[in-house]
Amino acid sequence: MALSRQDVAKVGLLARLALSSDDLDRMTGELTKIVGFVSQLEELDTTAVAPLAHPLDTQNVFRDDVPAPSLTTAEALQSSPRHDGSCFLVPAVLGDSGAA
Amino acid sequence: MQLLELSAVDLVTAIRQGDITAVQVAERFLDRIEKLNGPINAFLNVDREGALSRAADIDARRKAGKPLGPLAGLPIAVKDALCTADQPTTCASKMLAGFRPPYDADVVSRLRQADAVIVGKTNMDEFAMGGSNENSAFGPVKNPWDFTRAPGGSSGGSAACVAADMAPVAIGSDTGGSIRQPAGLCGITGLKPTYGRVSRRGLVAFASSLDQIGPMTRSAADAALVMETIAGHDRGDATSLADAVPRYTSMLEQPLTGLRIGRVAEHFGPGLDSEVARGVEEAFAAFKAAGATIHDVELPHAKYGITTYYLVAPCEASSNLARYDGAHYGHRAEPGRGHRAETGRGHQAASSGEFESPLVEMYCRSRAEGFGPEVKRRIMLGTYALSSGYYDAYYAKALRVRRLIRQDYLDAFQSVDLIGGPVSPTAAFPLGEKTSDPLAMYLVDMYTVGTNLAGIGGISFPCGFTKGGLPIGFQLQGPALSEPLLLRATDRYQQLTDWHRRRPKLPA
Repeated sequence: MALSRQDVAKVGLLARLALSSDDLDRMTGELTKIVGFVSQLEELDTTAVAPLAHPLDTQNVFRDDVPAPSLTTAEALQSSPRHDGSCFLVPAVLGDSGAA
Repeated sequence: MQLLELSAVDLVTAIRQGDITAVQVAERFLDRIEKLNGPINAFLNVDREGALSRAADIDARRKAGKPLGPLAGLPIAVKDALCTADQPTTCASKMLAGFRPPYDADVVSRLRQADAVIVGKTNMDEFAMGGSNENSAFGPVKNPWDFTRAPGGSSGGSAACVAADMAPVAIGSDTGGSIRQPAGLCGITGLKPTYGRVSRRGLVAFASSLDQIGPMTRSAADAALVMETIAGHDRGDATSLADAVPRYTSMLEQPLTGLRIGRVAEHFGPGLDSEVARGVEEAFAAFKAAGATIHDVELPHAKYGITTYYLVAPCEASSNLARYDGAHYGHRAEPGRGHRAETGRGHQAASSGEFESPLVEMYCRSRAEGFGPEVKRRIMLGTYALSSGYYDAYYAKALRVRRLIRQDYLDAFQSVDLIGGPVSPTAAFPLGEKTSDPLAMYLVDMYTVGTNLAGIGGISFPCGFTKGGLPIGFQLQGPALSEPLLLRATDRYQQLTDWHRRRPKLPA
């Protein structure tokens, strides 16, 4: 099936990827081709087959919840593009101002 | 014998016996890297100082009669998808340029514990997405057998550095063939262990139900040695297996008499290069001569492997890569620079409108700047296939077919012990040949993705050369936890042949 430019723009926003006008043009073509390719699976009847998300027959594994050392604040922040020593800094979550 | 050509097994023995020092070994390989990395581009980071200081420490401990780990003094190159606290970890992406992880991957900790000497981090396709290494943000790796050709991918730097004697051992990761395919195209041995055999903690996640770390070496015996260190249960990876780790190195010598190897007719269908087919048939003949029997088996859903893979993997990737948000670590777009008008124009042209908030704008612009084209393509495909209204048609459908593919293998392994065949449809292809056609690039994984979808083990190793002098790879696939058999069958083959000893002609 063909994807529209609007479809691709919507997916771009869901995927949190800013797409330029050129990106949208190129990706609309590429994704239409790839989606057409993967649609090959439609020819298989899988109504009686359960989905398989994990390849091995392992069950949930439980262990005791024992406190253990974790990353320090400094380690967690060491690669952050912006922080104040105790918190990550980001632009405004609501509204249109207060960029950090 | 040339130090550079010693096997990992022999290097470790020579260092332990004091025939040679760990510093001498490290220096020799580091000099080789210095000489060849310019043209080959296999390493993104070389830690000369760190490697030499670890080697000196090992020599001092040996002299003092203190105990040494099983890999003491062995130089190892690590794919840049594994976290190293003392070296940058970039996944060959601008998104992670200069990123220094706060901890070591479990495999890296185990290597250090075993006294291996990590010499550097190897180039790869960005976030392990690709089959040629051309998706690296830091330039492609060149195939040591022909610098105009791709080394394969995504673990192309790891494969090339072993093929070029820049390291005797490298660590790779394999989500759809990323260890086995570059190993095949570079003429080395690459093992993708059973899913869960090796901990994934600290491996930058691509597709978590498919990813697996494994050794890339010159021989099965060397791979067995490395597996004894890196395999095993890890509390930090809920999917890692608790099964005891076998002594792989002591299980290699039993003859192959009575071994049943399956051959899948579809592997020899359209798309397979005739020279590759010939090399693979000769390997079957060699296995037969070694006492194995060859049997036709069917994998009826194998032809759906690529399509299933290219839904499952991008879906998982779109979720995994959501963590790159410009806030916690990684690239963040600079505010300002007139971006409002710029992004507004680009987006409003076709979409519902502006970003919801400055935060969302920062996310979208950071990710647009940080990720390369193939990574964006897969995130978009995965996001689309998981989105409301399409989930059942694409993602859930692919998971159902995944069960059929796995069942094919379970059925086949009722009548054979291993399945043999080609690793890739062609030998190493020219750089640039497939870069403009994503679908053509996806097909290079056609023989390898089934292993990952089924969660089983696979190994690839050289079984001949084309007339043009390029290595041809042979693949063996085996049931879950069949690593001892995969390694033994490969080792027995390598005792009878010398393809794995051939080296590309490079400056000494």
